[in-house]
Amino acid sequence: MRFIFKTDYAQDIRLAKHGGHVFWYGLLVLLLLAAPWLVPEYWLAQLTFILIYGIAGLGLMLLSGFTGQFSIGHAAFLGVGAYTQAVMTNMGLPFPFALALAGLLSAAVGVVVGLPALRVKGIYLGIATIAFGFIVEEGFARWDSVTGGNAGMRVKAPDIFGWSLGSAEEFYLLCLVITVAATLGILNLLRSSTGRAFVAIRDSEISAQSMGIHLARYKTLSFAISAALAGFAGALYAHKLHFISPDQFNILQSIDLLLMVVIGGLGSVHGAFLGAVFLIAMPQLISLTKGYLPDAIGQAPGLQGLVYGLVLIAFVLFEPQGLYGRWLKVRTYLQTFPFYRKGMFKRQKSFQKSDRLR
Amino acid sequence: MEKPLLSTQNLSLRFGGVLAVNQVTFDVRQGEIFTLIGPNGAGKTTVFNLISRIYSPTAGEIHYLGRTLTDQPPHNIAALGIARTFQNIELFEHASVLHNLLIGGHTHRKSGFWGEVFFTRKTMAAEVEAREKAEKVIDFLQLQHHRDSMVAGLPYGVRKVVELGRALCTEPKLLLLDEPSSGLNVEETDDMAFWIADIKNELGITVLMVEHDMSLVSKVSDRVVAMAQGAVLAIGTPREVQNDPRVIEAYLGSVDDVSSLRRAAS
Repeated sequence: MRFIFKTDYAQDIRLAKHGGHVFWYGLLVLLLLAAPWLVPEYWLAQLTFILIYGIAGLGLMLLSGFTGQFSIGHAAFLGVGAYTQAVMTNMGLPFPFALALAGLLSAAVGVVVGLPALRVKGIYLGIATIAFGFIVEEGFARWDSVTGGNAGMRVKAPDIFGWSLGSAEEFYLLCLVITVAATLGILNLLRSSTGRAFVAIRDSEISAQSMGIHLARYKTLSFAISAALAGFAGALYAHKLHFISPDQFNILQSIDLLLMVVIGGLGSVHGAFLGAVFLIAMPQLISLTKGYLPDAIGQAPGLQGLVYGLVLIAFVLFEPQGLYGRWLKVRTYLQTFPFYRKGMFKRQKSFQKSDRLR
Repeated sequence: MEKPLLSTQNLSLRFGGVLAVNQVTFDVRQGEIFTLIGPNGAGKTTVFNLISRIYSPTAGEIHYLGRTLTDQPPHNIAALGIARTFQNIELFEHASVLHNLLIGGHTHRKSGFWGEVFFTRKTMAAEVEAREKAEKVIDFLQLQHHRDSMVAGLPYGVRKVVELGRALCTEPKLLLLDEPSSGLNVEETDDMAFWIADIKNELGITVLMVEHDMSLVSKVSDRVVAMAQGAVLAIGTPREVQNDPRVIEAYLGSVDDVSSLRRAAS
């Protein structure tokens, strides 16, 4: 077990709290940097998708896990980013500018969607965002002259001032750089006053307000950041697939994104990435086990949906804290071995909330 | 006479057919502990919610330091120096005690959005400064032991103190305490009385509180206002108010009522 001797406040604020953090996260980054030389092309592509979904998940995590606002239309932001990137790149704009524009436009759309969040809460906000998702998907399909309609559109390879990142390896490294930058930005935000304001809104709007937090401003900000990250992810997604069409940004994609943050563990940055790993690894696992199952089950259509549904139900019932919560328990078990008790993570019963102001 | 810190004038609030607050007028003087008492449903908490702008009054005005409070949006109240606690504890449950206290310092934040994203040197300095302020409150309320605990796992008595601490972190001029001793045992209530007195004497913060525990009220209050059915019954020292016949009537019923009961029983 590790005991940390704290000597100044900066130590508590720093991202890496102790040597172990520096070592393990350093190792992770090194392995990810070396991945193009270590893993075959197919797995590198999967790793690229994990990074792309990780960025989108990070945004949704900030919104749902930290600000408490649920969005079931997040694929729309992904789509806005993807189409902006596709149109801009095909017009010959260099990658960094196109990416910035994709993020900005998504953020602007996010602000618009954030406006109902100032009035409606919980499930009603969910419904409003679903509706928004449908509108955007329909918009992509109908706006033929720009998006190519249901036939979709091709996307050129990213080009950074004449340096074309055509190969899978180069593109993977580009995604890695953006992922690391986005993660650091979000972590920084979360450890300063803006991040704390988000958490305050999540836990109690009424007292957040009496602590002087401008609810409208911070909710809109959270939507904007979340949408911008989804926009970045969408831009990379467009480049990765080389081809985009409206049905890639439908409600199923939105549900996948939400599934990702819930299974990863709401309220943790790790959760966004663990969820992304799950989302990408799951279809592979299903297709691997298909061969061993009897044909009636293995070849049945909709097997993937069934497994996803079961896994989600299992998580909600048995591990509401998601994969990251499970990991925390395993880690505590190892650290305190052999003193782990079953009730260690049980919360005391919450005090009555029936009288809470709404 | 010195101008009052906060004054309400003919404050009224109507919910449909219910007149929850009826023509309430009182002054809170700088540096005193002013207590609102009254039976359940007297409108005490509603007065608090009017001051913290959760509700808007149907009629009447609230003045605070020469401003009309009723013109201010709710999120500006903390920045003006009015902090509050809630009757049923409204803490940020899934955050640590320290995190809660730091949120209390929100109005004094010194870092901008982009500075925070890149976590510049200035943001770091601002964070350390916020932490130092929170630590002062932790020392004052002896919360060291619970600093890193999640609020969701803390016992009720400690949550009550954390909420007081969070309000103090906003560095208020006026502190609104909604039933600071409710749900506390005798010992914890004694501690609370000490802290409330200390908040006035050491930190120089004016306190306006709603309280039912009369021993606590008479121990710490400088002045008391009694309310019943939305209206003010009496204002004065704790002793004066407790002996006011109208206040006794509001709590216990009139002499006639009691004698009629006696007759019925015999």
